[in-house]
Amino acid sequence: MHELPITQRIIQIASDAARERGAKRVTKIYVVAGDGSGYMPDSIQLYFDLISAGTLCEGAAVEFEAVKSMLKCEQCGRLFERKPFDFTCPCGGQGRPTDIGREFYVKSIEVENEPD
Amino acid sequence: MSQIDIQESIYKRNDELAAELNQEFTCRGIYCVNVLGAPGVGKTSTLIRLLPLLNALAAVIEGDIESDIDTEKLKKLGIQAYQVNTHGACHLETPVIQQAADALGLKAGFLFIENIGNLVCPAEFVIGEHMKLLITSVTEGSDKPYKYPLAFEKADAILINKVDLAPYVDFDEAYYLKGVRALNPNAQVFRISARNDEGIREVATWLNHRARPEA
Repeated sequence: MHELPITQRIIQIASDAARERGAKRVTKIYVVAGDGSGYMPDSIQLYFDLISAGTLCEGAAVEFEAVKSMLKCEQCGRLFERKPFDFTCPCGGQGRPTDIGREFYVKSIEVENEPD
Repeated sequence: MSQIDIQESIYKRNDELAAELNQEFTCRGIYCVNVLGAPGVGKTSTLIRLLPLLNALAAVIEGDIESDIDTEKLKKLGIQAYQVNTHGACHLETPVIQQAADALGLKAGFLFIENIGNLVCPAEFVIGEHMKLLITSVTEGSDKPYKYPLAFEKADAILINKVDLAPYVDFDEAYYLKGVRALNPNAQVFRISARNDEGIREVATWLNHRARPEA
């Protein structure tokens, strides 16, 4: 159930933007989901196909852009990729969490417009 | 076919509602604590020990997927409590807290929101709180900061519950604290036992001060 409320929000954001522009339907949704956001693209897609029925987003494809989680070393200041069970920098220093990899937003959508 | 630029955070709507609710709580003299922790870690048991030691009235919103077992437990002890059932959803969001707070008719004091037992998504959603209280326990194992970093990173205070059981389980406290400190150098850490009251008074004193630093 983890991805359900999030998928509802994605559909809402995309539908509102499409409606504001007078678009007929949404064909593609680009979502940026950092590895540290905690959301699984496959699971979002699964819910999306079920609950977008009857909305402007019905039949749309969801494209995910991943961002690797980065830590920042307290000692050398370098950004480095986090490994499982470890927050240590290659230099031996201690890494602190950053917002890189935590992104979770709707970047853009592609829409089909009403014929003029 | 045309492209529309959006750049909107998927959390935005919830974050805005949470900020409004937080302001409302502040104006009404309510200090709101979002209580996070895995199932069975002792969230309700800790609140039962903690609430009598606070220097203001305290009410509890109980979040569970199903059942009102914890709410009934609290009410029997004379604690004002309100049950929210999410019927499957794994965390609480702001609109249900707004409704629950209205139903409770809160007065000034503390409001504890016992979130769904889960270390993942409750950490991702703000729900109007002034602080997050994370409850962990020695029986869960010392690797939890490494497995569920966000909950540890976002917590303002972290309790290590069930310390009375420490002699019987392999809890590597140094490894646990190393992970906590990497993620969150500023969180207050308390060793407690909701079974024998160890450390509970220290938590209450810290919370009293945190809620009303001028008092």
